[in-house]
Amino acid sequence: MMKIDFSGLEPNTSSLRGNLNEFLSGLSTAPEFQIPNTNDFDGFQKESIQMVKPAKGTTTLAFIFKEGVMVAADSRASMGGYISSQSVKKIIEINPYMLGTMAGGAADCQFWHRNLGIKCRLHELANKRRISVTGASKLLANILYSYRGMGLSVGTMIAGWDEKGPGLYYVDSEGGRLKGTRFSVGSGSPYAYGVLDSGYHYDMSVEEAAELARRAIYHATFRDGASGGVVSVYHVGPNGWKKLSGDDVGELHYTYYPVERTSVEQEMAEVSIS
Amino acid sequence: MTKEHANWSPYDNNGGTCVAIAGAEYCVVAADTRMSSGYNILTRDYSKIAQLADKCSMASSGFQADVRALQKHLEARHLIYQHQHNKQMSTPAMAQLLSNTLYYKRFFPYYAFNVLGGLDSQGKGCVFTYDAVGSYERVGYSSQGSGSTLIMPFLDNQLKSPSPLLLPAKDAVTPLSESEAIDLVKTCFASATERDIYTGDKLEIVILNAEGIRREYMELRKD
Repeated sequence: MMKIDFSGLEPNTSSLRGNLNEFLSGLSTAPEFQIPNTNDFDGFQKESIQMVKPAKGTTTLAFIFKEGVMVAADSRASMGGYISSQSVKKIIEINPYMLGTMAGGAADCQFWHRNLGIKCRLHELANKRRISVTGASKLLANILYSYRGMGLSVGTMIAGWDEKGPGLYYVDSEGGRLKGTRFSVGSGSPYAYGVLDSGYHYDMSVEEAAELARRAIYHATFRDGASGGVVSVYHVGPNGWKKLSGDDVGELHYTYYPVERTSVEQEMAEVSIS
Repeated sequence: MTKEHANWSPYDNNGGTCVAIAGAEYCVVAADTRMSSGYNILTRDYSKIAQLADKCSMASSGFQADVRALQKHLEARHLIYQHQHNKQMSTPAMAQLLSNTLYYKRFFPYYAFNVLGGLDSQGKGCVFTYDAVGSYERVGYSSQGSGSTLIMPFLDNQLKSPSPLLLPAKDAVTPLSESEAIDLVKTCFASATERDIYTGDKLEIVILNAEGIRREYMELRKD
């Protein structure tokens, strides 16, 4: 039986067009990554990551409650011990009703979230309806799984509101994908979990939930050196996401730890030098 | 049985420092012109700044061979864009192109630490700062390279503006005039040259504003 020839429909991955293909194909093919010509791929990646020192270290959290999903993050990027930025956007707006958080390698998260946003838009155009949070998180998880072991560092949460209501998934670069109601990711996550878990009720109002999220991130920035900057809090409701607040943690400190006047127990007295 | 490890590395660090400052109607991009390898100076007169578009310049420190390859790649992509769209690329578009170009070499990175400076479509100055694998951010000022840890705290002290992430938003334009910004850059490099062995020789400053592009040079310590 003769097989139908579908070769013309396949994306153009051949080297016929040579280098020009790389420039003109844009997104028609999946990104082709050049691999270094070495026997010891893992060793090379370890060394180049040391050299490149990509920005990481962070605290992000998200939780589902009665009114939707609350998402919060700090804004510090550190390269080793150096703070490379205090104003990184760690909550990425994938589309008007879905948010992604960034933890791990900044470039990895930025690039793959942008890629996910494109795929979500293509899904909308192809299927004439919005993609679900389940679908979007699965797309991302499958991509990250295919690069498993290559050294990507991504710990992200996909939060959104679709036909089934609020949705929250945790996706990481090991290929893990978990559905859940409460997550915190990053070097400051243990501190954030402490505050978040002790204050959480399903029946909170939007203001209470925002205050809980803000406090949790603030406490993580207080104790974790790799987290800091500005706490951003977003709410995802039935009409999409809305940024609720952005507060500098240095200022928040004075509302959460106000200076109390105490009597001076030991005064420093002048000692005469003679 | 011990494994033999490669003694040859495809990378080298040629040192150097770059700075960029954005203003209301101008952008200043500056870099020193020293190229070194270890304790040797290879040349005192190497430009680290490339002009990618009419209103867009990129300064890069790190491994200059990778920097040169990256500049050529971006210039080629810009030429194709001009042929396809009959106009110059805007600076934010070039910024994202640079980010994607760097990320496509995620597993064999360009050892280049870049700052991109230019005017956006409203004519306001914008600076984008990058890490070596493409994560980027629009900022009011930035420095990269061997002297960046010396210069950044000074710029934070002089220019620190409210974070763009704050809500309610506070306006974040650098209040300096063009000549004040140029003086600030000269001060930065003069100080960095004192304490960083890889920075010195000569300072190249590129100023982009509504009138076009201008270059200034200043001598730095050669020791």
